[in-house]
Amino acid sequence: MELIVNNIELIAFYLFAGIATAAALAVITVRNPVYAVLFLVLTFFSTACVWLLARAEFLAIVLVLVYVGAVMVLFLFVVMMLDVRTDKVREGFIRFLPVGVLVATAMLVQMIMMIGVQRLATLPLPAEVPEGYSSTEAVGMALFTDYILPFEIAALILTVAIIAAIALTLRRRPGTKHQDVGDQVRVDPASRLRMVSMRSEGKPGGKP
Amino acid sequence: MIDMLREFFLGFGPIGLLIWTVIKVLAIVMPVILGVAFYVLYERKVIGWMHSRHGPQYLGRVFGVGWIQTFADVLKLLLKEIVRPSRAHGFLFYLAPLLAMAPALAAWAVVPFDDGLVLADINAGLLYVLVMTSMGVYGIIIAGWASNSKYAFLGAMRSAAQVISYEIAMGFALVGVLVAAGSLNLSTIVLGQQGPAGLLNWYWLPLLPLFVIFFISGVAETNRAPFDVAEGESEIVAGFHVEYSGAAFAIFFLAEYANMILVCFLTAILFTGGWLSPFPEAVPVLGVDGWWWLLLKVLFYMFVFLWFRATFPRYRYDQIMRLGWKIFIPITIVWILVAAMMVHFGLLTQMDA
Repeated sequence: MELIVNNIELIAFYLFAGIATAAALAVITVRNPVYAVLFLVLTFFSTACVWLLARAEFLAIVLVLVYVGAVMVLFLFVVMMLDVRTDKVREGFIRFLPVGVLVATAMLVQMIMMIGVQRLATLPLPAEVPEGYSSTEAVGMALFTDYILPFEIAALILTVAIIAAIALTLRRRPGTKHQDVGDQVRVDPASRLRMVSMRSEGKPGGKP
Repeated sequence: MIDMLREFFLGFGPIGLLIWTVIKVLAIVMPVILGVAFYVLYERKVIGWMHSRHGPQYLGRVFGVGWIQTFADVLKLLLKEIVRPSRAHGFLFYLAPLLAMAPALAAWAVVPFDDGLVLADINAGLLYVLVMTSMGVYGIIIAGWASNSKYAFLGAMRSAAQVISYEIAMGFALVGVLVAAGSLNLSTIVLGQQGPAGLLNWYWLPLLPLFVIFFISGVAETNRAPFDVAEGESEIVAGFHVEYSGAAFAIFFLAEYANMILVCFLTAILFTGGWLSPFPEAVPVLGVDGWWWLLLKVLFYMFVFLWFRATFPRYRYDQIMRLGWKIFIPITIVWILVAAMMVHFGLLTQMDA
């Protein structure tokens, strides 16, 4: 009992990290693409929990907000619409396996080199957080003071990407009956409706 | 009193802490669920009167209002069989109502009811609320897909597109608030609206377009009329929950209404001063701040939700998209700039966090 209480953070870490790893494995092994997307959601969610344990609450919430709340919803949307045939996709598995292994190994080596095995061993645990410290503020300060130029450049690139994506996919077909709300609002009753004055006809057979 | 209770439970060590936390959670969740029950009654009565008829009036009748009508309905739903279509995906079919329900209740953790009366006073409260409201869409999409029914699927697709679109406008409206308040903490945002002029100090005035857009986006996020194409009973029967019956349907219902009440609370907290009194501080009795003001404001917004439903015909799908993307998002972007300018030139004073 004492052991659990004292190491609750460590237990929580292993729990969330374990779920994240297992879910990530499930993403690439399950047959149904919809289940794969849902497992990816679970991976993101568990990763966010791990980040929360590392006291990076802003990053954790943004991860869930952007990836789970927006990106994965669109993924799910597309996967459900597309009706992916899993047996077709799986056909070339053995043929492409060597290439896949090569790419995976290269990525693994790169990652290990980047992080550095020695660095990993001495990575400092997050120190006790001083009262009133907010990682949201810290991220904001860093982004808008020291890294303002990269931040603005990233924003510009994203804007360009949005405009390019829309420009590439926008097709104006002639002859579609588009609703032009501006026209509808500007409409003048006088140009549409003509009041005609005419005598009452009365009931058929009745008095005029 | 509360401190004494807390001390009592903490005396039991970690188990006591767990029990104390569960009690605090229940203290919020139970009123929310009861609130949903009475909101359904409120809706049926208000819409009834707007249609010049009576609404529920026989069960538990006091002053011509059938107070226990909703409880009878819930009991009936709980006793009914949950029919699972034979071609539905078993696990996901039952998971979907829970995925709709969990975020709808979890979001209440950061809602402040009075000064200091909040379950989790976290710094990124505003973001947390946005996360929870955006998670609710999974319940709807999965329900639509797992039902293996065309109508349910159409409803889910519509809902996904709509919620994603309006989330952006809603998020930008929140950015305006956080620029004005200088904080993501909901309690700090309310305190930032405090001032000698009462309701003229609240953010609805300097952020009027954002206030309107936030509330309308909230109506769209919760899939309520006139944005209820996800249900669209005249077109696709009942949309995403067409295949659900009994308790599973009741949970969807509960989640939708809990979300509606949440949006009302958020509008009250972010734009109309939360628990602050609308009267200047100098006014005796009425000038005192307290949770009753928050409750009154929330009741008003809840009424507006119903008023919308009784007034407007349903939007067509492309009109919803046009309103969200081409009108709301540009206006919010411009008004964020205006809010930043107001802060820069000292028209709005940020709280120093």
